[in-house]
Amino acid sequence: MIDVKNLSKNYGSFEAVKDVSFFIDKGEVVGFLGPNAAGKTTTMRILTCYMPATQGSVSVAGFDVFDNPMSVKKRVGYLPEHPPLYPEMTVESYLSFVGKIKGLSGKILKMKLDKVLERTSTAEVRSNLIANLSKGFKQRVGLAQALIHDPEVLVLDEPTVGLDPKQIIEVRELIKELGEDHTIILSTHILPEVSATCGRVIIINKGKIVAEDTPENLTSGLQGQERIEIEVDGPSKKVLAALSKIKGVLKVSEDGDGSIKRYKIELEKEPDVRKAVAASVVNNGWGLLEMKSSGLSLEEIFLQLTTDEGVEV
Amino acid sequence: MRNSYHIYMRELRSYFVSPIAYVVIALFLAISGIFFYLLLQSFIQMSFRMMMQAQQFQMQVPAMNINQMVIRSLFLNMSIITLFMLPMITMKLFSEEKRSGTIELLFTSPITNWEIVIGKFFAALTVYIAMILGTVSYVSVLFIYGNPELMPVISGYLGLILMGAMTVAIGGLISALTENQIIAAVGCFGTMMILWFVGFASGFVGPELGAIIKYLSVMEHFTDFAKGVIDSSHMVFYLSFAFFSLFLTYQAVESAKWRG
Repeated sequence: MIDVKNLSKNYGSFEAVKDVSFFIDKGEVVGFLGPNAAGKTTTMRILTCYMPATQGSVSVAGFDVFDNPMSVKKRVGYLPEHPPLYPEMTVESYLSFVGKIKGLSGKILKMKLDKVLERTSTAEVRSNLIANLSKGFKQRVGLAQALIHDPEVLVLDEPTVGLDPKQIIEVRELIKELGEDHTIILSTHILPEVSATCGRVIIINKGKIVAEDTPENLTSGLQGQERIEIEVDGPSKKVLAALSKIKGVLKVSEDGDGSIKRYKIELEKEPDVRKAVAASVVNNGWGLLEMKSSGLSLEEIFLQLTTDEGVEV
Repeated sequence: MRNSYHIYMRELRSYFVSPIAYVVIALFLAISGIFFYLLLQSFIQMSFRMMMQAQQFQMQVPAMNINQMVIRSLFLNMSIITLFMLPMITMKLFSEEKRSGTIELLFTSPITNWEIVIGKFFAALTVYIAMILGTVSYVSVLFIYGNPELMPVISGYLGLILMGAMTVAIGGLISALTENQIIAAVGCFGTMMILWFVGFASGFVGPELGAIIKYLSVMEHFTDFAKGVIDSSHMVFYLSFAFFSLFLTYQAVESAKWRG
């Protein structure tokens, strides 16, 4: 559905995107993850024919963005980082204008307008001025704008930025729902969003793709090691010493104060030494209050990948 | 061209739901109304004086030309006032969309840049024409109480519309070059000022350069329209200037895409 090959984009001498390639299949929901200024928005703008690439080729829904921009634009719905709203218009007249310039008219326009108002739960504000809407509603009207012509591909640039937690959940639900019959690429720097909505993640940093996998694979299989966290009631120095002696334990760190402390333990994946850890605590007569496995969080992976000391994958 | 129509309608509506159009039109009508009143007063006073003198010396009352004394001056004055008003109409055309990011919607919709440029141009031109048509009421007063010639009135309005088309195109061009509305307004005003008064310089340079400068002077071309002369060379001047500016606007919009 979206096929990006060796894409580069320069602003003057600044390289915003360097030789990026990826492929997104029909019906996929892909998260585009990266710190600010990583080149997410630039890539999205090229996908939506807002600006041309310096090098490389991009095709969306079978059409090249450079040779056939009109066909691409008809099939893509785009929500920019700042929703492109005209504050002096009402929601309904705005959406009807967008529908018209996307090529809809008459009964079909009216039908799609009603459908999109309902889908984004904006029907209650349809005759309000956009200037008077709350941030959450503005974002939803922006989403409605991207959906009105029922595009095959949705490109959403930070769709939940600036919303309150309840609205974020609502928008994520909506994106999940839309993912059932659309191909979606969404950018974000909020990590839980990716695990909540996307089937696949592309992590981009300084204009380059640094990782590409499902959120699960990224969080578990990446490091070849496992982590557990235990909470122990006992003298911390002795506990530390005892834990470090166990075979298969790579690293132990403590956390907290008082006699009850949490210990983060990094283990080799094989063999499973969790039993040995538990036995060692109990045999020493300390209280084992809690034990849980904790994979590297997406945050940590993200930081590893996007900071200089990060592991190249 | 249907897309141009959608752009045109949206743009026009946004002029009339915000106070811009009303403020500009009201101010224009008030200022040109004051000029009209003053011109008419001095015309009436002068004709009274003429009548008294004629009676005193047992002469025939000399014919006074209302076209020359009121209508021509009114059009010249109005053309200057529009110079101040038009930048207010054109300043937001593109700069506002760039600043608020709505230009992203237009650029990623299946419409061409020409359709955007044309739609916006005609929307601003429509506001301008609505503005100057308000003054028809002033002139029609003269037709009710007197019998001025119609042709100079028609040619005067034609001249105002052509000159406005050129100014709107230039204003749109400058608006497409900046995100800042103030710069767009001042830029348009300054450019028109220069084109307006550049004719004065024609006397001080050589004959060849002088002729070129004189040709560029907007005022030079307008005077004939105010007199009631419709000369195709003046029409060509305004229209070619407008087309050229629209072409440059298109280029500016297109290049903004490449620069990102």
